Amino acid sequence: MIQVSTTINGDEHQFVCDPRETLLDVLRDRLGLTGAKEGCGTGDCGACTVEIGGRPVCSCLMLGAEAEGKEITTVEGIADGEDLHPLQVNFIKHAALQCGICTPGILVATKALLEENPNPTETEVRYWLAGNLCRCTGYDKIIRAVMETAAEMRENA
Amino acid sequence: MYKPLVKVHLWSGLRSLVGQEVVEVRATNVAQMLNALEKEHPALSDAIDAGVSVSIDGKIYAYGLTEAVDETKEIYLLQRIKGG
Amino acid sequence: MAFDEKTEGFNVVGTRPDRPDGIDKVTGRASYGADASKAGMLHGAILRSPHAHAVIKSINLDKALALKGVKGVVTRADFAEGLTGENWNVLENVMAGEKALYDGHAVAAVAATSQLIARDALKLIEVDYEPIPHVTDVDKAMQPDAPVIREGQASKAVPAGMHPNVVDYHESGHGDVEAGFAEADLVMERTFTTEATHQGYIEPHACLATLGGDGRGELWCCTQGHWNVQKICAALVGIEQSALRVTASEIGGGFGGKTAVFIEPVALALSRKTNRPVKIAMPRADVFKATGPTASTSMDVKIGLKKDGTMTAAWGEFRSQGGAFPGSPFSFTAMCAFAPYALENVKQIGYDVMTNRPKQAAYRAPGSPMAAFAVESLLDEMCNQMGLDPLEVRLKNASKQGTKASFGPTWDRIGLVECLEAAKEHSHYAAPVPEGAGRGISCGFWFNHGGETSVTLAMSEDGTAQLMLGTPDIGGSRASMAMMAAEELGIPYEHVRATVADTATLGYNEVSHGSRVTYASGLATIEAARDTVKKLCARAAAKWGIDEDAVVWRDGCAVPSGPNAGDFDPLPIGQICRKMGATGGPIVGHYEATPEGAGVSFAVHIVDATVDRETGATSVDRYTVIQDAGKAIHPDYVEGQYQGGAAQGIGWALNEEYIYGEDGRLQNAGFLDYRIPVASDLPMIDTVIVEVPNPGHPYGVRGVGETSICPPLAAIANAVSNAAGVRMKDLPMRPSRILDALDG
Ligand code: FES
Ligand code: FES
Repeated sequence: MIQVSTTINGDEHQFVCDPRETLLDVLRDRLGLTGAKEGCGTGDCGACTVEIGGRPVCSCLMLGAEAEGKEITTVEGIADGEDLHPLQVNFIKHAALQCGICTPGILVATKALLEENPNPTETEVRYWLAGNLCRCTGYDKIIRAVMETAAEMRENA
Repeated sequence: MYKPLVKVHLWSGLRSLVGQEVVEVRATNVAQMLNALEKEHPALSDAIDAGVSVSIDGKIYAYGLTEAVDETKEIYLLQRIKGG
Repeated sequence: MAFDEKTEGFNVVGTRPDRPDGIDKVTGRASYGADASKAGMLHGAILRSPHAHAVIKSINLDKALALKGVKGVVTRADFAEGLTGENWNVLENVMAGEKALYDGHAVAAVAATSQLIARDALKLIEVDYEPIPHVTDVDKAMQPDAPVIREGQASKAVPAGMHPNVVDYHESGHGDVEAGFAEADLVMERTFTTEATHQGYIEPHACLATLGGDGRGELWCCTQGHWNVQKICAALVGIEQSALRVTASEIGGGFGGKTAVFIEPVALALSRKTNRPVKIAMPRADVFKATGPTASTSMDVKIGLKKDGTMTAAWGEFRSQGGAFPGSPFSFTAMCAFAPYALENVKQIGYDVMTNRPKQAAYRAPGSPMAAFAVESLLDEMCNQMGLDPLEVRLKNASKQGTKASFGPTWDRIGLVECLEAAKEHSHYAAPVPEGAGRGISCGFWFNHGGETSVTLAMSEDGTAQLMLGTPDIGGSRASMAMMAAEELGIPYEHVRATVADTATLGYNEVSHGSRVTYASGLATIEAARDTVKKLCARAAAKWGIDEDAVVWRDGCAVPSGPNAGDFDPLPIGQICRKMGATGGPIVGHYEATPEGAGVSFAVHIVDATVDRETGATSVDRYTVIQDAGKAIHPDYVEGQYQGGAAQGIGWALNEEYIYGEDGRLQNAGFLDYRIPVASDLPMIDTVIVEVPNPGHPYGVRGVGETSICPPLAAIANAVSNAAGVRMKDLPMRPSRILDALDG
């Protein structure tokens, strides 16, 4: 077992884990942060996406032990208290989720996109999200919600 | 009690089992109709046990055992309708 | 069933409010199948056969049981004996008996203190297999020399002399097809194939089970229907139905695939054996290998067409494999094939065939998309050859009220003509086909379903309402149900809290399938609300000392009417409810029935696509879905169903397929190699909601969830064939196939 110290959503955490355990397993099973989902465990679906150092990462492809000293944001850390992030507001408003299992990963990924590129084209959004599978929506309403949020955030910046 | 003579259209997979396209049985509702079909045409009982839907005047009933039937109605047996 | 119909003047229905579970789902709080845990919980893992077909000679558990942290192992011996019919089939699929029937078939399961230990333990289980010949292809499985999956499974309907793998047979139609073909100016016959595809829900199956030696248990799982889970699990582990309480978690997609059980009985058996709660979350590879994909098909279709576009006759033979068990949707394939067309002469034949593949499960309009692919492709080729407009030909032959359906009955009110007219008027169809692209259109049909339904609506003292539903919410249905309750009660949408109740707190509800939820649960919600309104009016009548019949409900208030009109001020719902304890007790409305007026639905899709002649890759450039919804309760979620079905159909047409090797093993059990459409593969998907009210629902609702996957296979194939200049008859149209076709 390995002892790890890390920062998640601004809070310090210590945990012990098996050297084979993924960060996703640690988040879900040891820390009770079940917002990140396991859709595949092999880096193909993006449901487990978390943000580390401003970059979206598949937490199923990273070991828990590798979280040592990192700053991690999960879907649970996107809202500011009761104030939802504009992406969260627009995902609800534009019905950008049906079952919602892909939503945590897509929100984390698009938040990182908009921080890097506040004015993405539709094509840029589509390629950025190409690693986040959604089986319910056909992506249409997701893309619309992201574009709308980007426009709103530019206006309010 | 008087029971009307209802005409039941079979899907043609069933026709070979009874040698007819339309069979007539006396019944006032779907449950009686299916019972009568099984009794008078035992060859149909496997298919009926496996589950059938019934179409009455164009409306498809997945179960509908209590739906009324009579001689004026267009009745088809269909394989049980399910979905995803 | 007769209703007070309401077709206009809606306040809530037809608007687009935020869904009630929205915040939970965007903040990560919503609890799905794998998100629950319990004190003392163990983790389960399942060992699966690496062989497509093998006799299981022995299983040695000693080494696995000796591993530290392993608390128990189960095999087939730990499940009920003496089951028959579909219960036996499900058990045989959930845990193999004497033979492993496909690559991925479960043979044993372990419970251990961690997931890692459980998976380590699987490697220590020693199974002695004797591999035997296998078959995974539908046509080969019907050949005389094909290995027999299981003797004695064929229904009486199967014609004599067929291979024992052919287990069921369908034939329907009317008229004289030969005479019809003789009248035609052009008769064409073609063979088409489709591969098995997986529903591809992003959430793998997961559950958390507790079962004691007293036969009482609790089960938490992601399912489309928890009463069905209760019924099947109780039978498979040999306990009473009511002793097992099943709670449906939030569900991360189903599309039909979560109407079946796979891991739940295993978790229950492990829990009974270890006397601890047991959680099982399926790895993705297992989801592909062992949960139901849809059927694969091989189809021959023949159509006769006159110069003026009249279809004179149609004939089809549809062969469908559903894995190592009876039950492929072969009869739906046959019945849906020609359903869009009014034909005097039509005949369809279907075969249900067993192979060494996983037991198929329902997938969105089971069986129908394949049929549409064959029929609509052939029709397109014939229109091209005769220089006819494919949309006009479809309009000319379209089924409508009063015409006879290809499978027998006379149609009630249906909306195909309206969909075709809307397609014709749409800017997409009016626009010229872009240079280098091809355009395809297709019709699609699905029956829709009603099914057993219970709903309870309980008023709170502040005049708000709690709505208890029994159909798991897959795509926003709690919002639609709350809207219908609010509409009837005359209160704001936000004042209704809709919850999916567990099996211990509501009457039986059939699975969320067959596009039945908005139709059947919606109808039950409306009726439960009307029952509540009646009780609210009775309280007002008692207060005023007038006849109950002299009170009407208007805008959330009881209002005196008839001779008493104007005698008393309207009594708002909040005031009635505040006093309910003292005026006769709690006010609760409910409704239980098996509504039978689901109302079929039709759709028309239009696609523009281009084909890269160098790489064989297809690009879908423009896509329009036109579908009859009867009445759209929450248009956002109706559009979402249209778009989602189209996207799944695009994947089925272009990329997705189960690939089996010579060894009968699945070669692409992961999202990397089984490629579902990603965001960069798709264009925006335009939608048109046509509303031809369903006479079987008080607001006219028709199911919308399934029909949207029926047209895309053919619509894309037609676009691609027209773009490439060669007819594509086998799905998926992966780049290698397109290049082969271009090479001639
Ligand atoms: S679970 Fe990590 S990418 Fe799918
Ligand atoms: S909303 Fe279900 S997978 Fe995206």
